[in-house]
Amino acid sequence: MADSGVTDEPGTKDDVHRAKTEGKELSKEEKQRLRKEKKQQKKNKEKKDEKASHESEKKKNKEEKPVSAAAPASQPPTQPSTQKAPSAVPAPAPVPVPVSETPALADKPAKTKADLKAERRARQEAERASKQAATSKPKAPPNELQPVVKRLPEHVQVDNPGVLKKLAKKLERQQIPLRLDYGYKVSLFSHLHQYSRKAPLTQQLSIPSTVIHPAIVRLGLQYSQGIVAGSNARSVALLHAFKQVIRDYTTPPNEELSRDLVNKLKPYISFLSQCRPLSASMGNAIKYIKKEISNIPSQCKEEEAKRKLLSCIDCYIDEKIILAAKAIAKSSIEKISNGDVILVYGCSSLVNHILCEAFEKNIKFRVIVVDSRPRLEGREALRRLVQRGISCTYVLISAVSYILPEVSKVFLGAHALLANGYVMSRVGTSQIALVAKAFNVPVLVCCETYKFCERVQTDSFVSNELDDPDDLIVTRKGKTQLEHWQDVPSLGLLNLVYDVTPPDFVDLVITDLGMIPCTSVPVVLRVKNVDQ
Amino acid sequence: MSTMVQVVNLTTMPGPDKETDLTERIEAFLSDLKRGGSGTGPLRGSAETARETTALLRRITAQARWSSAGDLMEIIRKEGRRITAAQPSETTVGNMIRRVLKIVREEYARSRGSSEETDQQESLHKLLTSGGLSEENFRQHFATLKANVIEAINELLTELEGTTDNIAMQALEHIHSNEVIMTIGRSRTVEAFLKDAARKRKFHVIVAECAPFCQGHEMATSLSKAGIETTVIADAAIFAVMSRVNKVIIGTQTVLANGGLRAVNGTHTLALAAKHHSTPLIVCAPMFKLSPQFPNEEDTFHKFVSPHEVLPFTEGEILSKVNVHCPVFDYVPPELITLFISNIGGHAPSYIYRLMSELYHPEDHEL
Repeated sequence: MADSGVTDEPGTKDDVHRAKTEGKELSKEEKQRLRKEKKQQKKNKEKKDEKASHESEKKKNKEEKPVSAAAPASQPPTQPSTQKAPSAVPAPAPVPVPVSETPALADKPAKTKADLKAERRARQEAERASKQAATSKPKAPPNELQPVVKRLPEHVQVDNPGVLKKLAKKLERQQIPLRLDYGYKVSLFSHLHQYSRKAPLTQQLSIPSTVIHPAIVRLGLQYSQGIVAGSNARSVALLHAFKQVIRDYTTPPNEELSRDLVNKLKPYISFLSQCRPLSASMGNAIKYIKKEISNIPSQCKEEEAKRKLLSCIDCYIDEKIILAAKAIAKSSIEKISNGDVILVYGCSSLVNHILCEAFEKNIKFRVIVVDSRPRLEGREALRRLVQRGISCTYVLISAVSYILPEVSKVFLGAHALLANGYVMSRVGTSQIALVAKAFNVPVLVCCETYKFCERVQTDSFVSNELDDPDDLIVTRKGKTQLEHWQDVPSLGLLNLVYDVTPPDFVDLVITDLGMIPCTSVPVVLRVKNVDQ
Repeated sequence: MSTMVQVVNLTTMPGPDKETDLTERIEAFLSDLKRGGSGTGPLRGSAETARETTALLRRITAQARWSSAGDLMEIIRKEGRRITAAQPSETTVGNMIRRVLKIVREEYARSRGSSEETDQQESLHKLLTSGGLSEENFRQHFATLKANVIEAINELLTELEGTTDNIAMQALEHIHSNEVIMTIGRSRTVEAFLKDAARKRKFHVIVAECAPFCQGHEMATSLSKAGIETTVIADAAIFAVMSRVNKVIIGTQTVLANGGLRAVNGTHTLALAAKHHSTPLIVCAPMFKLSPQFPNEEDTFHKFVSPHEVLPFTEGEILSKVNVHCPVFDYVPPELITLFISNIGGHAPSYIYRLMSELYHPEDHEL
């Protein structure tokens, strides 16, 4: 485990390391410092089970990032934080820096240490500046070959009782009820949560709840009941709720807005992720908000700061979602020609927008909407398209092989685009892409860049969402076959929400940056990170 | 001479009662077929249909008026055309009729005294030369023909009784422990197959529910009652889950002459997903499902049922402006299939044509 001593004094460690490599004898102070660091390491190894909240560490890391980024490779990976990185799934806010785990520091003691930390930070800055002047090393871009040690998010470690205990403690501290799993889980998915829609988290909240803002409570309920669904809708709803939170926020005395507001947001985010696991787009939006908040200068007055934040959020929604949709529609319309038969799956707001725009431009085409149980989202898409006057056909996903010989193009929406080129989308998308490939029909995926994600994934098992299994039950001709599935011990129902489509099934990805192949996603991510 | 008189007596004796009885039964069978073919799940399994068809044919042989094999075949063909027209998608009916016709031909040939070998040589010869031997007109009368034919039909019936068990007996050769097997919809053959293997081995079954009729639910409840670990998934999750599946075992409605399948809709997707993951696709199909049809007859291949299964009438506002399709069957090409397991053993899809030539006579392919 990384110790606080190391990350607080990477500059000194660097000195020591350099001294060692150059063969100079360590000065007395350096030797002392080394001994202290080693002692700290040992202490932290013992205390590593009592961890503070993850978010407070991440925040500290963010602040220390500019410092420790200067000493990337020289940090010897003594941190057995590698124990947490079977590098599969990174944290929702991936920190490309070795994670420092501070031993159980409650919030209060951390604040008294904050002054010491500020001192140390100032010293590090000075040392860094001198070192840079001395060695004139080019500053490596933040993503360059870092030993990336990412932490697995809690929601894919449900089978680990230690993680569950930590989560329970964290939620208790934040005064958020813990949502319990429901029903028999298929063994392949024992590492994921499975909640029941009939037991929303809000039932367990006490009234009046002073911890969670009412807009957030309402949002959480809308998520868990499926009233707000679809990644764009969820992100926009989240951002609007945060705007409300910011409007109602007042800085307590002796606090800085930039730090306190972020701390206020943390329990809300925990609550929302308990209601329904956060989507990739929501994760990116939250990262953006947190960055904006922490970048507010401390001299800024509260009213001005709030105004600034609200305008930032509006700007984000405008740029990343609304304008992006316009740009994507413009590019996609070039791909739709007269006489086309276009197949769409489920209800993607972006694809519907594109089709409506194309119809406005008087292109003659017809649409085939493919739908699947149990969500039956295609009916919503069907309603929207029929309202505009587009001629539509409607089938279920099992009839896709029947209808595909008529189809000339397939347009799919995405929930997220992963860094290895895989498309994460509603379950069934990969199937449609597979059958379209077999019939040689081009598959086009439409996705805004704010949904690009640094995660990598090769199958639909490691990270997914399990929906309420009772949704699969259906009553036909008065008989409900699976009514008592809970009573039968060897029967399980599986209701997946997402799946991943391999990049060889996808012919083109249309984004607001242009039309790219699936494999160019990491390039876009890198360019975005350098810009920021 | 006396035998001839006897035969004449037999045929003149029935009179209107037996005739009407026979026609009544045929009509009842026809209406049954028409009703059962609404596609809302098989109300009767194919095995039952096959058995009933064969029993009906036996009755026709016993009760109808005929004097020579040619007459009998004419009668059977005529009734057969009516029955298949009632429910064209129920191909087992047509298959049984062709089997019985072949039986009649064989019995006739045997009565004439020509040996088995020349028969086969005849067919092989016919493969090479178009003209072949002289046309049999089946006009000759044999006294024992009726009894022989009825006996052969009885053998056929016993064979039909045992098909499911014969297939289930082969289960342990194909399923090992701790496997994950995937199936779709409901097939009685596959159910028996899996239950037989479950007596000795422990494995996991994933059932795709096969909307909109959701026969998969019935299959899952039945399998789980037999103690097999079962999971029900939605059709949309077939590809997502396929990477963990070791084998795909399915039933089918018909096996076509090229080795392809006409199976419940969703099977083509399943087969493509299995091919992508190189998972073997095993089809459990008894011999009576083998049909001399080819899949190019686009008009007759697909069968559709009421679209309200897909888009119910509650969506009334958009219902009138939308085309809704609800096909019942899917075509699966033979390249996607690994193995056929039938009551006479396992075969590759490329062998199907040979089996067909043994079961049916080429002239009976068109009824």
